[in-house]
Amino acid sequence: MSILEFLHNVIFNYTIRNVTLGAFGLGAFAGILGVFAVLRKQSLLGDAVSHSTLPGVAVAFLLIGYKNYVIFTIGAIIAGLISMAFFTLIINNTRIKSDSALGLSLSIFFGMGLVITDFIKKLPGQAKGGLESYILGQAATIVQEDVIGIFGFGIFSLIILLIFWKEFKLFSFDKDFCASKGFNSKILESMLTTIIVIAIVIGLSNVGVILMAALIVAPATAARQWTNHLSLMAILAGLFGGLSGIIGAYVSSTYSKIPTGPTIVVAISVIVFISIIFAPNRGLLFRWLKTFKNKRRILVDTVLIDLLEYAQGHENKFAHSAPVSVLKIMTHGEVGVKKSLKALEKNGMVKKLPNNEWKLTKKGFITAEKLEVLGNKRKNSQKTGEK
Amino acid sequence: MTLMQLEIQIIAILVSLACVIPGIFLVLKKQAMMSDAISHSILLGIVIAFIFTKDLLSPFLVVGAALSGLLVVFLVQIIKKTGLLKEDTSIGLVFPLFFSIAVVIISLKFANVHLDVDAVLLGEIAFAPLDRMKIFGIDIGAKSIYTTGLNLIINITFLLVFFKELKITTFDPGLSYSLGFSPVLLNYLLMGDVSFTAVASFDAVGSVLVVALMIAPPATAYLITDDLGKTILWSFVFGTAIALSGYWIARILDVNIAGTMAAVAGLLFIEVFIQAPKKGLISKIKNRKKLKLKFYATMMIVHISHHLGSQEYNEECAAGKIFSHLGWEKAYTTKIIKILIQNNYLEKKDDILYLTEKGRNFAEISMIDGKIDRQVLNNEIITVS
Repeated sequence: MSILEFLHNVIFNYTIRNVTLGAFGLGAFAGILGVFAVLRKQSLLGDAVSHSTLPGVAVAFLLIGYKNYVIFTIGAIIAGLISMAFFTLIINNTRIKSDSALGLSLSIFFGMGLVITDFIKKLPGQAKGGLESYILGQAATIVQEDVIGIFGFGIFSLIILLIFWKEFKLFSFDKDFCASKGFNSKILESMLTTIIVIAIVIGLSNVGVILMAALIVAPATAARQWTNHLSLMAILAGLFGGLSGIIGAYVSSTYSKIPTGPTIVVAISVIVFISIIFAPNRGLLFRWLKTFKNKRRILVDTVLIDLLEYAQGHENKFAHSAPVSVLKIMTHGEVGVKKSLKALEKNGMVKKLPNNEWKLTKKGFITAEKLEVLGNKRKNSQKTGEK
Repeated sequence: MTLMQLEIQIIAILVSLACVIPGIFLVLKKQAMMSDAISHSILLGIVIAFIFTKDLLSPFLVVGAALSGLLVVFLVQIIKKTGLLKEDTSIGLVFPLFFSIAVVIISLKFANVHLDVDAVLLGEIAFAPLDRMKIFGIDIGAKSIYTTGLNLIINITFLLVFFKELKITTFDPGLSYSLGFSPVLLNYLLMGDVSFTAVASFDAVGSVLVVALMIAPPATAYLITDDLGKTILWSFVFGTAIALSGYWIARILDVNIAGTMAAVAGLLFIEVFIQAPKKGLISKIKNRKKLKLKFYATMMIVHISHHLGSQEYNEECAAGKIFSHLGWEKAYTTKIIKILIQNNYLEKKDDILYLTEKGRNFAEISMIDGKIDRQVLNNEIITVS
């Protein structure tokens, strides 16, 4: 399917429209909310909460006795909140760290969920199968009500975020400072956790446990590489998440065999790896280039000083020249001595003599002497620093 | 009890003991979520191995699974090393990707093969004895007993051989570097063991419950002891208890055994968390109360001795008014006064409080040295409250 065809389908095909809009909305909203989870060093919150919702769904079914997705969602949200409360209780009251506490609440709640769903399966009555599939999810089945639910809650949570933006920001970066300024950090924390839990649960029934875990972490992580501003990071995370949702919908509607959810994860992962490598300032490529440039500059300086020292060791220092081989030995076999000499020649610091030897110009002497003085000063200050 | 029931219980115990060994170090090294990542990524290894072998029973599936677990560890370490992401963030990135790629491959190539995503996540130990081990046609027990038993033996050997190294790298990686062990190498050995254990256990209990068995017993043991050896012993005790009680409760309720084991692990943790002798919730709350009581009692004695002989003594040290001078709650102040009178630190005459000999001595010690005779006060207040 070409892009144009896809766009046409998004407008006119009921299923493709819902899947695309749903995947976009989920990616965007989960991405934005995930920013706060990642900044608060709770990247695996999505994973933990989404596994923990199973008992909530099962108990909801036990109570009402039939399948109703609204009630299931409420049950799942309650279970998610209880597991987060359990998590907080553990890390606040024991020396168990957050990783073990997350693993505990995740696996214990999931285990309890399994027990209850298994219990339900053995009860007399009809239509009880597939409770697990509620949390394992199926993005291809997103219908119009789901889209309305996703956008309804998404916009609601964005409004909350905007209203309490300053408070959430302060709380995410410096909890203690936030408390000392008179904000109730417990209320802020529960608000933030509640919004994130609800977002996870809403996404869960559509795309499943594993994808929800990824949608909380990945867009925020990708966005983090490009900026140091919270607001820009949130916007970028929303864009990245939304984009990967659309890519997932596009690929899965083009190749009918490929499921939407996993494709979204692959797409957002690619975005993350691109960001890690190519982002300005923080990116790996940028850092690598910077190191390379620094090395080059240091080598150029070294060659210049070496020339000076070599000349100073001889009687008529202004007339003395050095061959490349000597310079190579003086720099302990560094690669790129010739290149450095050429760079120096361009700046008029050195001159190549007809016998292939190199000699400092007047400008070169002045610069090299300055560098040497600077270097000696630094050495001395280091020595005193050591004492 | 039939042979099959006995076999299920043996498998349950073997699995939980095997999981506990690497689990202890994961919990202590703050890498517990690694078990989650590894156990989820197993699916990709199985799928890729299946592409080559086309056989669901091939041993290469296990090899592939263990390798994909290690690959996850490797990738997480690489990403972490760039310094751009935290460890938990890189875990959260890598394992969903592995899982998703596996699901995509399954739906593209093996839509008809019984390679079920649910089966990897859930697992059912009740079916484990159905797969028999046969030598020359003679049935010598369930296959899982041999695989999980072998796993346990390997893990125990690993623990015994590397105990010292594991201990040092866990608690002081810097020291282990300077002594010449590589914490990185040992970390990979440990993660390899986690990966291998997860693979050997997951078809009995499912990947999520591998996480429960790896983390819950050590975390519970960690609440009651500070000693590594005792942590290991307690973890074994808890692991066995979880396996047996999980099995029997599941049998009575007729539900999923592995799920019940995880739920029992949770209940056990909560029980210890609340009641543990030193670090439990109850003893912590008691301790906090005791500290508060001690502090208030000392403050009151110091307050009274401070006003000793001054003109406003009768005003400052009246039993009915002292709370307002100290700025405390009235009821709590009355309680403190009662305790101090019972312990002969104070006496009350016409509603005015006076220090006894003992009270004066105590005030002197705590004011002059700035150090409070904690032992005395502590013991007495414990006897009262």
